[in-house]
Amino acid sequence: MSAARTRWLAGLVVSALLAGCDRGPLADRATRTQHAVGAGRLPSNVHAAPAVPVRFGVGHGATAAEIAAWDVDVTPDGHGLPPGSGTPTQGAGVFAAKCAACHGPAGEGQVGPPPAGVPAAPKLVGRDPRDGFPFGQDPKLVKTVGNYWPYATTVFDYVRRAMPVTAPGSLTNNEVYAVVAFLLAQNEIIDKNAMLDSATLVAVKMPARDKFVADDRKGGATFR
Amino acid sequence: MHEDETAGQGTADPSNGTLASDNAAEPRTERVTRRGLIAAVAATAGGAILARLPAEAQSPGGRAAPGVPPTQAPSPPPPAGAFDLASVPADPTRAPGPPTSTLGARSPFETPARAPVGVISGSSYTPLHELSGTVTPSDLVFERHHAGVALIDPAKYELLIHGLVERPTVFTLDDLRRLPNVSRTCFLECSGNGRGAFKTPKREMSPQAIDGLTSNGEWTGVPLAVLVQEVGVRRGASWFRAEGGDASRLSRSVPVEKGLDDAMIAVAFNGEPLRPANGYPARLLLPGYEGNANIKWLRRIELADSPGMFRDETSKYTDPLANGTARQFSLVMDAKSIITAPAHPARLTPNVWTQITGIAWTGRGKIERVDVSTDGGASWVVADLQEPVMSLAHTRFRLPWKWDGKRTVLMSRAVDETGAVQPTLAEFRAKRGAGTDYHFSYIRAWIVEPDGAVFFGTDV
Repeated sequence: MSAARTRWLAGLVVSALLAGCDRGPLADRATRTQHAVGAGRLPSNVHAAPAVPVRFGVGHGATAAEIAAWDVDVTPDGHGLPPGSGTPTQGAGVFAAKCAACHGPAGEGQVGPPPAGVPAAPKLVGRDPRDGFPFGQDPKLVKTVGNYWPYATTVFDYVRRAMPVTAPGSLTNNEVYAVVAFLLAQNEIIDKNAMLDSATLVAVKMPARDKFVADDRKGGATFR
Repeated sequence: MHEDETAGQGTADPSNGTLASDNAAEPRTERVTRRGLIAAVAATAGGAILARLPAEAQSPGGRAAPGVPPTQAPSPPPPAGAFDLASVPADPTRAPGPPTSTLGARSPFETPARAPVGVISGSSYTPLHELSGTVTPSDLVFERHHAGVALIDPAKYELLIHGLVERPTVFTLDDLRRLPNVSRTCFLECSGNGRGAFKTPKREMSPQAIDGLTSNGEWTGVPLAVLVQEVGVRRGASWFRAEGGDASRLSRSVPVEKGLDDAMIAVAFNGEPLRPANGYPARLLLPGYEGNANIKWLRRIELADSPGMFRDETSKYTDPLANGTARQFSLVMDAKSIITAPAHPARLTPNVWTQITGIAWTGRGKIERVDVSTDGGASWVVADLQEPVMSLAHTRFRLPWKWDGKRTVLMSRAVDETGAVQPTLAEFRAKRGAGTDYHFSYIRAWIVEPDGAVFFGTDV
């Protein structure tokens, strides 16, 4: 987002706060009633609703502990990456124990029947096609962590919050680092002997990193 | 990464009783047909109904007069209304029917049903061809889950808003209900809607199987802008990251201007609290935006200066394009329409008047026009739109038509208020590519065969 756009947004929020409810999200309520009062269409003992406060003061202040308990986001700038580390070798053990039953021993995708009610697990490992990014042209290509995921931090974030599917949130931070290291090494993105921690994970550049573009659809007659 | 992308991949096709998906666990193999129901009723003797009435309803004085609330609570309460075919008399004017009941039930002759893929990370499809008007009944709203339905005790529900805010705040459900609540009618569509029809089209697909991942109705909740005023946004907040309280803790990033515009924390749909499958007790509603970003079971919003680049906005819900890139944060739903009648599995009668009807919608405001072709796109007729046409809502269109008995192809083409025109399949393929993965907004076609059978036009 451009700096100008950010400034504009900040200005919008600030002006809404300063101006009170008549510029805020409930503006139409006050405006319509006052219009009726001004036009003399209301009986003398019927009044426009009093102004509502800018803030209702509802809710309770969140403590740092409350936020920390829920905020597990890990983002491309490294925000949220916890202490800890893991290697592909360590990850191979974790993967074999907790992931391979569905994703296959080498991350090749569902091999046996999935648990009841769980869909087939996708393929995680694979770099083909090495040239270009022809996913839009070729419907047969299978997206993997190696050929499609643009950020390594996303792998950490997703594995920690949602995997294993039958026991999400059960992996330790070291186990998550290790599994991510295993997957990145299987995809030939990091060395088999590499060690992942909060510093080295952020530094990983994924093969598909530069393939994503902003939405250029704007409506109108031109189909994009 | 266990969850595969099943939305739109499972080609649920209730019309022929099959449901095919890579991930289908338990295909629904039986549908009660209307013809079968009528046959069952015809075999039923009238008068059986009285035997099914509660004793107090049969005896005079056992109940308060109609329309007068009982002064004491009846015990036990009457069962939820459910009517069975065996109770349908030959002549309903000759005997009183069942009494009032706690919950309304459908006629036993009407059995609309969602078509579920049947896995925790999957979809169920709204039976578009069995619906009228524009409002989707709450029990037929489509589902798309990423780790099953989160069942949440409303007394324990909390929404945390933090990040680039002055006052990080926790709101209870009671807090959300005390704040000003507003209502609006809008559609919600999975951006994977139409994937099965695009990737693995079959002639026997019904509107439900093709485009059943869209639903429409009246949402009620707190504008996110109200909550933003409660917490005070700090300079530099350009995105908000929303997280669900389900077992996948599904997360998406949304530009903050959408949050200040018309985003809502919805607590109700069609006049009642949200149903669990649709986000009870509170969800994010982003009118016109792809369904996945409308986080269900919403538990956390973080104001930030960048998107989180979560799984479902990088590896999923991005659009590979024909030009060798992938479009990201393609949040707005494109202009789209589908004829829901006549459509498979309907069969047409020649030389009698019938009605071509369907729904159109766009994530960019109001539907301006819907064109209907009865000659495979060679010529078009402007259809009637049901008023009022609401912004970001399903819009019903219709056109009286008399089929001449010859093979032909029916199409509908939506035009929205920005001038966006629903593209042909060829235009869509050329721009987006055969391998694109979301926002399948091209024109749907129905082939009418000389015998009156109607089939999905798989490559028209």
